[in-house]
Amino acid sequence: MTTYGSDIFERVKERFGKAEDDLSGTARSSTTVQHSILVLHFAPGEVAGAVKVLRDEFGFDLFLDVTAVDWPDRDPRFDVVWHFYATRNRVRVRVKTAVTLADPVAPSLTALYGSAGIMERECHDMYGIRFDGNADLRPILLYEGFVGHPLRKDYPKQKEQPLVPYREEAKP
Amino acid sequence: MNAPGPVIANPVRPAFDKASREDTVIVSIGPSHPATHGTIQIFAELDGERILRADVHCGYLHRGFEKECEDHTWHNLIPYVDRLNYCSPLINDFAYCEAVEKMMGIGITRRAVILRTLLSEYSRLCDHITCIAASLMELGAMTAFLYLVMIRDYMYEHIADLTGARVTHSYGRIGGLARDLPEGWLARLEEILVQSDDFLGRAHGLVDRNRIFIDRMRDVGVISQSDALSYGYTGPILRSTGLPVDLRKDTPYLAYAELDFEVPVGIKGDNYDRYYVRMCEIDESIHMIRQCVDLLEPGPINVDDRRCVFPEKTRVYGEIESLINHFKIVMEGPRVPAGEVYSAHEGPNGELGFYLVSTGEGTPWKVHCRAPSFVHVGGTHLMLEGGQLADLVPTFGMINMIGGECDR
Repeated sequence: MTTYGSDIFERVKERFGKAEDDLSGTARSSTTVQHSILVLHFAPGEVAGAVKVLRDEFGFDLFLDVTAVDWPDRDPRFDVVWHFYATRNRVRVRVKTAVTLADPVAPSLTALYGSAGIMERECHDMYGIRFDGNADLRPILLYEGFVGHPLRKDYPKQKEQPLVPYREEAKP
Repeated sequence: MNAPGPVIANPVRPAFDKASREDTVIVSIGPSHPATHGTIQIFAELDGERILRADVHCGYLHRGFEKECEDHTWHNLIPYVDRLNYCSPLINDFAYCEAVEKMMGIGITRRAVILRTLLSEYSRLCDHITCIAASLMELGAMTAFLYLVMIRDYMYEHIADLTGARVTHSYGRIGGLARDLPEGWLARLEEILVQSDDFLGRAHGLVDRNRIFIDRMRDVGVISQSDALSYGYTGPILRSTGLPVDLRKDTPYLAYAELDFEVPVGIKGDNYDRYYVRMCEIDESIHMIRQCVDLLEPGPINVDDRRCVFPEKTRVYGEIESLINHFKIVMEGPRVPAGEVYSAHEGPNGELGFYLVSTGEGTPWKVHCRAPSFVHVGGTHLMLEGGQLADLVPTFGMINMIGGECDR
């Protein structure tokens, strides 16, 4: 089904396979194909450069999504996950990096894609990942003054932070 | 004297709170305002009637969809998926189910493939009709609105015959579908399609070449192709700029590879193009539904896979193995192999993607929905800035922001 993709995946792999040798030590670069999506792992510092290469050399012109995955028992605790689509080659790529709880900072892609602005705000809301280079990380789905990051596994599901206090008699 | 109520903090901090010039004013529109169908708040700096800057906020409908999913089994969260884009819930169902099936390595039956394709297009039809009808009503075209909504209601009732609910169908199942078509369903479908051809023709006649409509839509809310790509636009908005990107054509899923259809595109990326692209897609959808009816053959609608599909009721009551099987699927949920998947369908508004992470349990570790409406809100200011305040109405209508999927 993804015959379009096989060639470009090989080229991307080759391109970043070389980068792996150059940056040995800091880099944890690796490439696999999962469910017809090419998965690329990078160290946080390399993501912006790699995405620029993906966009400019391989035509990944649509930045679809950024989110994070919380692994409370793991260090580094968070995976930050980006998805891109190439409208001409019709393939998808997933870029992953791992960041720690102490320093949950990933590079912002606002300089490369307009859509990064709002999606990074959501990811910051939900997981507290700070996107270095995004000056506007105001809450978007949550509200001003919300404490904590609800999609972290240690945020209790039933916790309430009502903006309008309950009336006495209505208190559950 | 009444005691003063509690001080309620402002939930939103606008990007700008000082006017850039002496003769401009900043207004807050929404989140509950007739101009914004959907709970959205727009801060706009106005020079007379012209919008100089806009800051668009969503989130008023946020209900913790993703958090709630992490507490339910893979099956039990299907009703939540329905409530994302509540104008076309079936497409959400099928996109989610397909993502799970990919992880489990399940290929659904031929009849389920065709039925899902048929119902996806039926859903798209409803969604586009709703979008256009609501936008026309907001421009004062009441007759066209009533024509279209009448048709849509026939469709809702018709889908209710199949699924049991008008809006929140919960009809998709991992490994297939909830139930097969009731008797006479396809005959009624053809009746509705014939009738919608008639009423869509009337709507075309009322507005396509209508001077008022053209003046309100043409060259209003323009977005360039490069901006649309950069801001992550997909679906009818991206296609209205002339780029034929459609997942049904580009990365065919379900039965789309077998169907004959075209991908309509616009020229200018303005509101009129978005209206016209949707109207053309309606025609394509009707064409596809008829092809699916021809492809439909008798057969099972669920795969025979005891990991996720319930055993027959007669067997549950008759033998211990099936009873345990049923119990396990209900209480523990289908065990999905550890891993992650991103699977996307072409929703009525654009790329509807599900990013799922499993640790091998019956409950997902993470369910993330890539909602087209949310990404579109991020670029809405581009279409509003420079336009009239009154243009906000048709522009926002044509973006078709759906609160349920935008705010999740």
